Amino acid sequence: MSAPVLQLDKVCIRYPGAPADAVRGVSFDLRRGETLGLVGESGSGKSTLAAATMGLLPAGTAVQGAIRFEGRALFSEITDQQLRRLRGRRIGTISQDPFTALNPVMRIGTQLDALLHWTHDRPKKDRMARIETMLERVGLSDPKVRMAQYPHQMSGGILQRISIAAAMLAEPTLLIADEPTTALDATTEAQILGIMAEAKATLDGATLFITHDMSVVERLCDRIAVLYAGELVETGTVREVLDAPQHPYTRALLDCDPARITEPTRRLPTIEGTVPPIHKRPDGCIFAPRCPAAIARCHAEAPERHELGPRRSAACHLASPTPVTP
Amino acid sequence: MSNRTAIATRAPRFATLRRLLSSPTGGLASLAVAAFVIAAIAAPLVAPYDPNAINPINRMQGPSAAHWLGTDQLGRDLLSRIIFGTRTALYIALVGTAAALGVGMAMGMIAGLGGKVVDSVLVLINDSIKSLPLVLFALALVTIYGASIAALIVIIAISMAPGYFRVVRNQVLVLRSADFVIAAQSMGASRLRVAATHMLPNLIGPILVLIAMDIPAVIGIESGLSFLGQGIQPPKSSWGNMLSEGYTYVRQAPHIAVAAGLPIVLSTIAFTFLGESLRDALDPRRAVRR
Amino acid sequence: MMSYLVRRLVLGLLVLVVAMLLLFVLIYAVPGDPATIALGPRASEAQKAFFREQMGLDQPLAVQAASFLWNLLQGDFGTDILSQRPVADLVFSALPRTVTLAVAGVVWAALLGVPLGIWAALRPGTFIDWVIGLISTSVVALPAFLMAIYALILFSVTLGWFPAIGAGDPGDLADQLHHLVLPAFAIGVAWVGYIARLVRVSMLETLAQPHVRTYRAFGVPDLRIALRYVLPIAVVPVISVLGVGIGNLLSGAVLVEVVFSRPGLGSLAYDAVISRNFPVLLGAVVVTTALYVAANFIADTLIAWLDPRLAEKG
Repeated sequence: MSAPVLQLDKVCIRYPGAPADAVRGVSFDLRRGETLGLVGESGSGKSTLAAATMGLLPAGTAVQGAIRFEGRALFSEITDQQLRRLRGRRIGTISQDPFTALNPVMRIGTQLDALLHWTHDRPKKDRMARIETMLERVGLSDPKVRMAQYPHQMSGGILQRISIAAAMLAEPTLLIADEPTTALDATTEAQILGIMAEAKATLDGATLFITHDMSVVERLCDRIAVLYAGELVETGTVREVLDAPQHPYTRALLDCDPARITEPTRRLPTIEGTVPPIHKRPDGCIFAPRCPAAIARCHAEAPERHELGPRRSAACHLASPTPVTP
Repeated sequence: MSNRTAIATRAPRFATLRRLLSSPTGGLASLAVAAFVIAAIAAPLVAPYDPNAINPINRMQGPSAAHWLGTDQLGRDLLSRIIFGTRTALYIALVGTAAALGVGMAMGMIAGLGGKVVDSVLVLINDSIKSLPLVLFALALVTIYGASIAALIVIIAISMAPGYFRVVRNQVLVLRSADFVIAAQSMGASRLRVAATHMLPNLIGPILVLIAMDIPAVIGIESGLSFLGQGIQPPKSSWGNMLSEGYTYVRQAPHIAVAAGLPIVLSTIAFTFLGESLRDALDPRRAVRR
Repeated sequence: MMSYLVRRLVLGLLVLVVAMLLLFVLIYAVPGDPATIALGPRASEAQKAFFREQMGLDQPLAVQAASFLWNLLQGDFGTDILSQRPVADLVFSALPRTVTLAVAGVVWAALLGVPLGIWAALRPGTFIDWVIGLISTSVVALPAFLMAIYALILFSVTLGWFPAIGAGDPGDLADQLHHLVLPAFAIGVAWVGYIARLVRVSMLETLAQPHVRTYRAFGVPDLRIALRYVLPIAVVPVISVLGVGIGNLLSGAVLVEVVFSRPGLGSLAYDAVISRNFPVLLGAVVVTTALYVAANFIADTLIAWLDPRLAEKG
């Protein structure tokens, strides 16, 4: 079997000048054909991981452990220069906010062409035709018109389709989508998710889908990795995790998902407390202060990662291989 | 321009001063400006010679132990003339800037507190002033009013006023819609009272910065017009006058012009850095970002 | 886009008209006989009478102001007392030389200042950023005429590399360029600092915008991002400031011309002051003001072209 598209091995990331690591000991792998949902609240480190994978962390950020792209470790086996060449060709990205992701003073066609700078040895006519085809594939009805327009003349939904098209034009092996629908309204979100589903199906590679929305994960992803305060608390297939969550944080996240609430209620459930700031992490389990099921041991001792099956684990003292009903 | 500094509170006046003096450029610039001010005030004590003492035997001498910067075409000591010229330069800078500040502030207050029409008209007038070519405009005025210190001050007041107008107007507009000002007004305070108690303290910082930045420009106008013989009239010593004389003898004694230019270069740089450092000290966030 | 430009044009013309009215007020605020004051003691009675008639001094003030404006806007600045030539002729024949000088000054300043600003912006907080900042802040307020005198002393009087006087032989381009070097240098010094500072700040602001990250996420090389995609956005505020700075630039040029005895607006104005020839000065002021308004309109047009969002706002 070939190497996973993306493999993280005990990755720790510390921003320059920060008192503690923003990401601590995260390991998971992502294989060809898979879509991994990276889930967590804001501040959980999911965007940091995405930036690390692209090599776009601020200068001076310390990365420990290994991030491997197709078996080769970034920063050691792959130089910065090589990584830059991977971006936009082998690693595609869709950003969070379509309204600010595009250059405001460039026409869409020119702009997409500029992003695909490495294709510039091909004739311009071919490049433009390729862009036009891709815009059509992401559901734009009049791609020619759009290519001559500026970003400020379009809606968020259209702009996000263009961003998807830009990423897909690279025919990437790894597609990273960083909360691509958070800035959009619900109807548009549904459309974009549909296009995302189609897009990743045509991809010969893997997709890393960053989100805080469990229903999005359920709809688009095969696997899930739940992050809390910079640590990986649970991972497995979407079915395994959603049907039988082993970590109390995962359960809490699922309880908070409005789409999964079956009984009528006046109050939207929330998780008590807040994510601890990185320099004030508790001694024991990081989730213990907010955990409804915490026992004395949780406050004293950080839980090991419990292997619950093949590529299935949870970092909780109470996790057990046998499914428990929540 | 900056809404950030707009609602700055009155709090730490001394903290600003400490920050200003503790930055290397700010400290150095403050020191240099202080030196100019002292030279201006204590000119008769500091100057080694009488600036107007003519000594034909010693004319056009280069720098020496007796005359550090040399002597001019009449044998007068250049250093002494420069020190007395500092008086002229700072006097014009002070009075000219004060006049510009007065005019600009009055217009800014009226524009900010008045109605939309008044505001538009004043903005237009200030844009028009800015469109006039300063030196030619000054020469035109001097032709009809004659060259005098009063004419110089009027020219400076008119041409520098738009800067203060803009700062004051923007500040007033920002503060006018600020909650605490509206609260004060709803408590029955008059507009003028609100302006005096709330707006003036907030304006001091930006205006001090602007003054420091404007002084080099004022020195430039004064010395430029004096160089053309249309500013300060001899025998009163001014840096521009000295430059003009040095220019006349540039082939025989270039050191005169070089010496006369030195205080202009030094004061210009000192005031510019003082303004920059003051701005950073007033808004530490900006300083960090830079 | 068109409506934006039309609005800017109307505003520019309005500024011009109000500037003329300000001049009118300042002339008429003079105590005494405006004709004598404006034309100087050497003017003959006939000339004064002509001036009074031309300015309409016997008319009501509003009519005077209107005719004053009307004449100026038509380019009629009266007749030069000494040469009996229309002032407009004198001004317009001097203008190209001054504009050439000003443009030469700002062009070399931009050629140096823009790269310095970019360089500093790409390495914020480093030693080189500090050095560039120190130099550009130091030169930014230095008067151009002083730089001219210093350049004259160093490169002309002492080293003899460049001529000190005049604009060169009219038929000899190389000679003219040789004469242009020092004055253009003197005018540009402060602008190098000014432009470098503006470009640095504007580049840093633009580099922090999210869309720049998109280029990086697509592996576009950093230098290419900075030059091809960030710079065109970053120059927008620089252009508008340059438009406003044209007045300053011309003022500098006027004084520098006097230092180097170059024919041009500066020398014309200087001679006019000496002979108290007010119409010439008035003409020079009006023409340069119009030039300022035109330069700002050009800057607005350029900006609208560089940033289509502006044009949309209307």
